[in-house]
Amino acid sequence: MLYAILCYNDEDAVGSWTKEQDAAVMKKLAVVQDNLRKQGRLGPVARLLPTTAATTLRKDDPPLVLDGPFAETKEQLLGFYLVDCKNLDEALEVARDLGRANPGGAYEIRPVGTFVPGSVPA
Amino acid sequence: MTDTAWIDTALTSARPQAVGALLRYFRNLDTAEEAYQNACLRALKTWPANGPPRDPAAWLIMVGRNVAIDEVRRNRKQEALPEEQAISDLGDAEDAIAERLDGSHYRDDILRLLFICCHPDLPATQQIALALRIVSGLSVKQIARAFLVSEAAMEQRITRAKARVAEARVPFETPGAVERSERLAAVAAMIYLIFNEGYSASGDTAEIRSPLCEEAIRLARLLLRLFQSEPEIMGLTALLLLQHARTAARFDENGAVILLDDQDRSLWNKPMINEGLALIDKAMRHRRSGPYQVQAAISALHARAEKPEETDWTQIDLLYGALEVMQPSPVVTLNRAVAVSKVRGPQAALDMIEPLAARLSNYFHYFGVRGALLMQLERNDEARIAFDRAIALANTSAEAAHIRMHLDRLIRDSKPTAAKAAK
Repeated sequence: MLYAILCYNDEDAVGSWTKEQDAAVMKKLAVVQDNLRKQGRLGPVARLLPTTAATTLRKDDPPLVLDGPFAETKEQLLGFYLVDCKNLDEALEVARDLGRANPGGAYEIRPVGTFVPGSVPA
Repeated sequence: MTDTAWIDTALTSARPQAVGALLRYFRNLDTAEEAYQNACLRALKTWPANGPPRDPAAWLIMVGRNVAIDEVRRNRKQEALPEEQAISDLGDAEDAIAERLDGSHYRDDILRLLFICCHPDLPATQQIALALRIVSGLSVKQIARAFLVSEAAMEQRITRAKARVAEARVPFETPGAVERSERLAAVAAMIYLIFNEGYSASGDTAEIRSPLCEEAIRLARLLLRLFQSEPEIMGLTALLLLQHARTAARFDENGAVILLDDQDRSLWNKPMINEGLALIDKAMRHRRSGPYQVQAAISALHARAEKPEETDWTQIDLLYGALEVMQPSPVVTLNRAVAVSKVRGPQAALDMIEPLAARLSNYFHYFGVRGALLMQLERNDEARIAFDRAIALANTSAEAAHIRMHLDRLIRDSKPTAAKAAK
């Protein structure tokens, strides 16, 4: 069974870390990740860019593009995609296609900062 | 991180919001800062045992307010017993402030706090120092270090700035749309000043001054979180990120400047560039261009080029043209000339900067660019005169050293010519 582990924290606090603090945390995390990778159990790992870089597509008819992260509380996170796009417009195009196939709810479109491909067999 | 470092981080990140709200409540900067300090002292005592509160900023605002009110109460007791009425009033006030702890108030609180630092009477250096002290919460010692001045001098600068701000009387009611956008523009300019203070450092001081750049980025992100749909704030944040991303490649081991074309691009900070590019993409969708967006777009074209020769100079030339219209300035034209020299050759660029001579007669970069163009045209004697002038005007030893490098090359290159002439 694959489990997704979604990371939540106070963005402003994490953003206030110094370079050294950030590097120290990443180093500790890398130890845990390496261990999982060696066992062939680690899927892709992504560190997202700040929510200020996010755009939200509300899957209304017509779809509505909003600046900023997904902010509602009455909907829950049900899944995610990682898609390689040239720019935001292309990402929004993909999101619109997905939205046509499955209307209702919203997509938050957030660029990925660092990405490590996984070692789990498909 | 150590076990208590999380408290420092939480206090730092809650600071603008907490001081901003306390300022709204007390309408006095010193009282607000003192209340915040007191709240921090309590946090250091109780958070390690109780764990972090769910909303650290709200906790600090509440406690800061209560401590200040307790002090008033204590002082009153020395005169007479407090009236029952007064105490129950305080209870009501707490409920009211709890209700007001919502996003929209925070937004104007933080904007106001930043805005009072931008008072037009304050010289730029005082604005920056004040913002770093009050909004970012850097210590006087840290600020003095970044500005390369003594702690006593910085203390005095901040005290003076505070006194002037106290006289200024900033309105505390919620600003209207026009006023809010004026405040936003002033604050954006101030954040850019903070960044430039750090970015214009020479090689030997870059390390000490780079926290100014990081702080400016933090403030820009904070502003963008509060005003999510302002394309110019997206542009500002992008501009700072794209420029700061090159930090590791900007100086050699001796602290000498490395020009963009000669930088090791693998040293550029990729996630920072990606964040900047993502923000420009977002800003462009609004189709409301502005100087920060244009400058960020120029930076982005450099960032997108994996090799210097892949740089889209034609597009950069066009963007500088747009910037000239928005923000006419000889410095912008000078920058445009560099792009023009790549697209249309050094003579076209030289023709472009010739009319700027009078206005930029004391500007280091003018003579640096002029010298480089003349050198490309093999007008070496004139180039040497321009470079000599640039050295005389250099602001830092690194700038002077960089020009001297050109001069050395000129002398080296001109030797064979001289030999030829002798034959």
